[in-house]
Formats: sequence, C-alpha cells, structure tokens
Amino acid sequence: MPQPIVSLQEVRRSYKMGDVVVEALRGLSLDIAAGEYVAIMGPSGCGKSTLLNLLGCLDRPTSGHYLLGGTDISSLDDDELSDIRGRRLGFIFQSYNLIQQLNILENIEVPLFYQGRSEEEARAIAIGLAKRVGLERRLDHKPFELSGGQQQRVAIARALASDPLVILADEATGNLDSTSGREILALFDELNQAGKTLIMVTHDASVGERAQRVVRLSDGQLESDTRRSA
Amino acid sequence: MTAHLQSLFSSRLKRSIRLGLRSLWLHRLRSLLTMLGIVFGVCSVIAMLAIGEGASFEAQEQIKNLGSQNIILRSVKPPEDQKVSNNQNNFTLDYGLKYEDISRIQATIPGVTTIVPARVMREYVWNITLRVDAEVVGTVSWYPAMRNHRVASGRFFTETDQLAAENVCALGAEMAQRLFPMEEPLGKTVRIGEQYYRVIGVMEPLTKAKTDDTGQSSTQQAVDRMFIPLETAKRRYGEVLFKRRSGSFERERVALHEVTVKVEDPEQVVAVSLAVKDLMERNHKKKDYDVVVPLELLRQKEKTKRIFNIVLGSIAAISLLVGGIGIMNIMLANVTERTREIGIRRALGAKRKDIVTQFLIEAVLLSGAGGALGVMLGVAIPFVVSSVAGMKTIITPLSPIAAFTISALVGVIFGLYPALRAAKMDPVEALRHE
Ligand SMILES: Nc1ncnc2c1ncn2[C@@H]1O[C@H](COP(=O)(O)OP(=O)(O)O)[C@@H](O)[C@H]1O
Ligand SMILES: [Mg+2]
Repeated sequence: MPQPIVSLQEVRRSYKMGDVVVEALRGLSLDIAAGEYVAIMGPSGCGKSTLLNLLGCLDRPTSGHYLLGGTDISSLDDDELSDIRGRRLGFIFQSYNLIQQLNILENIEVPLFYQGRSEEEARAIAIGLAKRVGLERRLDHKPFELSGGQQQRVAIARALASDPLVILADEATGNLDSTSGREILALFDELNQAGKTLIMVTHDASVGERAQRVVRLSDGQLESDTRRSA
Repeated sequence: MTAHLQSLFSSRLKRSIRLGLRSLWLHRLRSLLTMLGIVFGVCSVIAMLAIGEGASFEAQEQIKNLGSQNIILRSVKPPEDQKVSNNQNNFTLDYGLKYEDISRIQATIPGVTTIVPARVMREYVWNITLRVDAEVVGTVSWYPAMRNHRVASGRFFTETDQLAAENVCALGAEMAQRLFPMEEPLGKTVRIGEQYYRVIGVMEPLTKAKTDDTGQSSTQQAVDRMFIPLETAKRRYGEVLFKRRSGSFERERVALHEVTVKVEDPEQVVAVSLAVKDLMERNHKKKDYDVVVPLELLRQKEKTKRIFNIVLGSIAAISLLVGGIGIMNIMLANVTERTREIGIRRALGAKRKDIVTQFLIEAVLLSGAGGALGVMLGVAIPFVVSSVAGMKTIITPLSPIAAFTISALVGVIFGLYPALRAAKMDPVEALRHE
C-alpha cells in the first residue's frame, strides 16, 4: 500500500453537553491512500459528519492524531488550519452552500482569493472549471437561478479550484433527484479516474457502491472496512 | 517583490470593497437608514460650525475696528438724570467726559501713548437736496491711525486745519456715496445748518457696514460718520448742545463724547483699563461715562466661541455615538444573517482576519458614505444660508476633513465588535446554521 495521504490514529471526539459527555468518535484509526475513492457509511448519529469535519480540518480531535499529507494537524493554529482547508481540501456539501449574492464564476473564485491569487489567474481557473462541470454558459447566473444539480456542479468546481489533495463530500446527492444524483456521481467517478482522492459520506447504499472502498461506522467506532476488488 | 505584494494587497482590498458595496447595495434601504444618523450628525456640525465661525468673524472684525490696543470712554447720560431733563424745560444737563479727564489720564497713568478726544453731534448733512442723518465727529488729526479707520481718497485734516478751526471734513464711505452718487466728492462742499464744509477726504468703508445688494445692512445699521476738526466743532457748536426730542427741547452740556486711549504695550491693556476705570470712578460722582475695552470684548467673544465649539463638539460626539450604535446594530444583524456565509468562507480557506476585514470594510463603507453625504450637505447648507439669509459663513477646510475622518473611524470602532464576533464563530457551527 502506498504512503497514506490521510492517517487517523486513535482519534476521539467528544462533546460536552452540560454534565453529559457525548462521544461521537471513540478511538478511530483509518488510513486512506492517494487516489482512493472511499465511502463512509453508517446509521444516523454514528459519527459520519463528525469524522468528515475532522478530516476537513474544520474541527480538531479531542485526542489522537490526524496526519494530512504527513502534517499533524493537531499542532496547527487557526490560521494554518484555514490555509490547509483552502489549499489541500475541497468541500462539497449536501445543501451546496454557494454564496447567494455572488454569481457562478465568483463562487468558484472564492477559495483562490483567500490564497492570494491574482484576479486574472483566478478568472482563468474558474472559467476552465466551469467548462469542466458543463456550466460555461451560466457564468454570470446567481445560484438561485440554477437547479440543484447545477448548483452542486458549481460546488464541485469550487472544490476543485485550489487543486486539493482530498475532496470531502457530505451527502452530496442527498438533496438531488435520481437523475441529477447520477450526473454528480458520474462526475465523481471522472474525478477519481483523473487521480483525485475522494471521501464521501452517504447513507445511500447505491451511492456507496460506486466507491472502491466502504468504511462503515457504528456508534463512533469502525465496524467494517471493505475494498471492492477491481 | 514588495511591489508584487503591494499590488496583491491593493487588488485584495479593491475586491473586498467591491464585495462590501455589493452587500450594502443588496440591503440599500437598510444601509441608507443606518447611515442617516451619521449624515445628520456630520451635516449639522459642519453647517453650525460654518455659521458660528462666520458670526464670530464678523463680531471680531467689528471689535478689531475699534482697535485692540485701545480703551474707549464714552459719555452716557446717567439714568437718574433722565427724568429731570424731561420735566424741567430750562434745565441744562451737564454730564460726561471732561477735558480734565484727559489731562488726568495723561498725568497719572503710565503706558498711555496717545489720546483721541471727540465730540459727537447728531446732524443732518446736506448736499443741495440730498440729505443724510449722520454723526458729526469733532476730533483730532490722528484719529484715523488710532481707530484703524483709514482715508480712502484725499486726506484727513491736519494740525494746521485744527489750529485754524477750518470748515473741512472727511466723509464716511457710505454717506459720501449717498451724498455724491454721481460725482467725485473731494473738493465739493456739504452743508450742516448754516455752515458749509469742504470735503477733503473720504474714509474707507468699515467692515461692519458691509451691505448686500438690497441695500440693507447685513449686521446692524451702520451709522454714518463725518469728521471735522475738534476746534471747528467747539467753535461752531459751543459747549451746550440742543436736542430736539419729540416736541420738547433738551439742553445738554457735554464737553467730550468719546475719548480713545491708546495703550503702548498690548500686554498692558487690561491693567491700564483698570487704572482708567478707577481714576474715572474717583472723579465722577455719577456714572455718566462708559468704558469699553475692545480687547476684553474680543476675549469675551473668544470665550463664547470656545463654549459654542464645546457644545457643538458634544452634539457631534453624541450624534456620532448614536450613528455608531446604529451601525453596530445593523452589522450585528448582518453577521447573524450571514452566519452560513461565514462558515462557507472559513471552509474555503478564509482566515479569521479575512472575515474581520470583510465586515469591518462594510461598516467603514457605511459610516464613510454617511460621513461623505453629511459633508456634502453640511457644505451646501451654509452656502444656502449665506445666500438666502445674507449671513456670513466660513467653512474652515479642517472641519469637513475632520468630520469625514472621524465618521470613518466611527465605522472602525463600532464595526469592530460585530466583525470580531463573525470571525470568532466556529466554522462547523456556522455551516450548520440555517
Ligand atoms: N456539536 C455537537 N454538540 C453535541 N453533540 C454533537 C454535536 N455534533 C454531533 N453530536 C453528537 O455526536 C454524535 C454523532 O453525530 P454526527 O457526526 O452528526 O452523526 P451522523 O452525521 O453520522 O448522523 C451524535 O450523537 C450527535 O448527537
Ligand atoms: Mg450527518
């Protein structure tokens, strides 16, 4: 197995709710190699979103270690975490999470500006990505003028803008009809074939089937980790 | 390298400003209402400052015309004699400044350089059929230098004219204009009663007598003055003056109506004025004189102006405070409404300081736009006031600049808390926000 790009070691994450401590993740260890396509599955409340937030450097483990591309993120401060999110990770959310007052092109450009890219550079990259997801004719539309499937494609283009190591998707097809969902999944396949590492949270078995590897969680712990033989 | 960083920074800033403008434009009514507090505060302060500055400038000009190194004594009919003169017809009222007062001041008070005595008679001055109600001032040749009231054309009378008690006169600018509207007054004669006076000079107009084009005096009715040698005045009028007052005659014996005392050292004006007041009090049983110290008036005006400025400053501070609270209120609402956006931006790589900058820029744009609008209105209002009401207004260049800077600063101060709150949000929580 090649050098893992994501490595979780005995990761715990607990939430304090008054006197009660909720343990969302209890000692999870997981390695993911570059170029893998992983589906994280499990019943509601098992800790999928918590895991994805940790993987996305939006949150830090209560204990344990998380190495992303060899860097232990628990030693990083807020600015460094922001930088890692912007440069190495791409997010795709269930509810698209586009910025409503910006048009499609500007939405795709957002991560580039936080990296200090110039306006011309950002524009060129954004136009290229909009073409790649098939939205080159909608560049100056606002998000609310697009269908759900189109909005999610914008979100994918935005996630690709900074050419990240890993793309994280949380129920990316959850809000979409089956046709649009298939289109999005086809796009994921395409990305994975182009060498992107994809980690996708889903509770839909048919969605999970498209991944090469399915990680099942149960009550904050690893239940199974199965690879589909090619 | 630094040039590159600089251009990067400025393009980032430009982009943030564009973004801020767009989000304010999205809620334009709300933005406008929020700005109003600052607009009115800034506008009223600039306008009031300009009007106050103008008024105090005029007052100070008037006082300066009297001469800041001068002490002016005037004869005043004592209030207790008012009734007496009304009842008794053959009574001659004797009051006011005497020639002895002058010699006493000269003899006993050090630091006094020159003294200008004057007799003032209210008379009609004629040029054929044109008539002006004027104060005829009998005085000495150094009056113009002492009172900062200079001769515009011709000359003032000299010691020689004085000794010879010549019938010569210098006319005030305004009355010269009215008596000789079409011709050159120099060399012509004017008539008072049976006496003819040759016009040898015309004075410069006094600033207080500035008139607008309707012919009305803008501040107070300027009194026309005509100057003749004191000796001439003594000969022609004698010691006793007759006054017609609503049917009855009044006889008054007043030696001098006005005495101007010039103090050598400007630092000594107040001290000398106290000595003069003291001296006068000892030698006049009745309060039949009045002492005016222009410097004191000037100081008083300055004090009044300082108080006015403090009051204005407080109003400005309060309105900017209120405006700032309004901005803070709106920015807090703004931050709450855009919690989700903040989460998204954080997930896409925005650092805390990027979020702070974004919201701070919005707040500063709000307050800065309010300040700019207020400055425009505040500059326009004095302009309208001075053209409609004929009041003098002065806009000091500092006041719009300071007002604008301070209002932008208000945006920074009151926008900081909401912006910090936005930046402090936990990205996960923010993303979950509906
Ligand atoms: N911010 C939070 N505060 C308290 N408890 C939380 C929080 N987030 C998640 N949890 C709890 O952690 C557990 C896992 O939640 P989550 O990761 O959202 O599960 P899933 O996404 O698999 O449905 C749940 O019991 C949930 O109630
Ligand atoms: Mg979830």
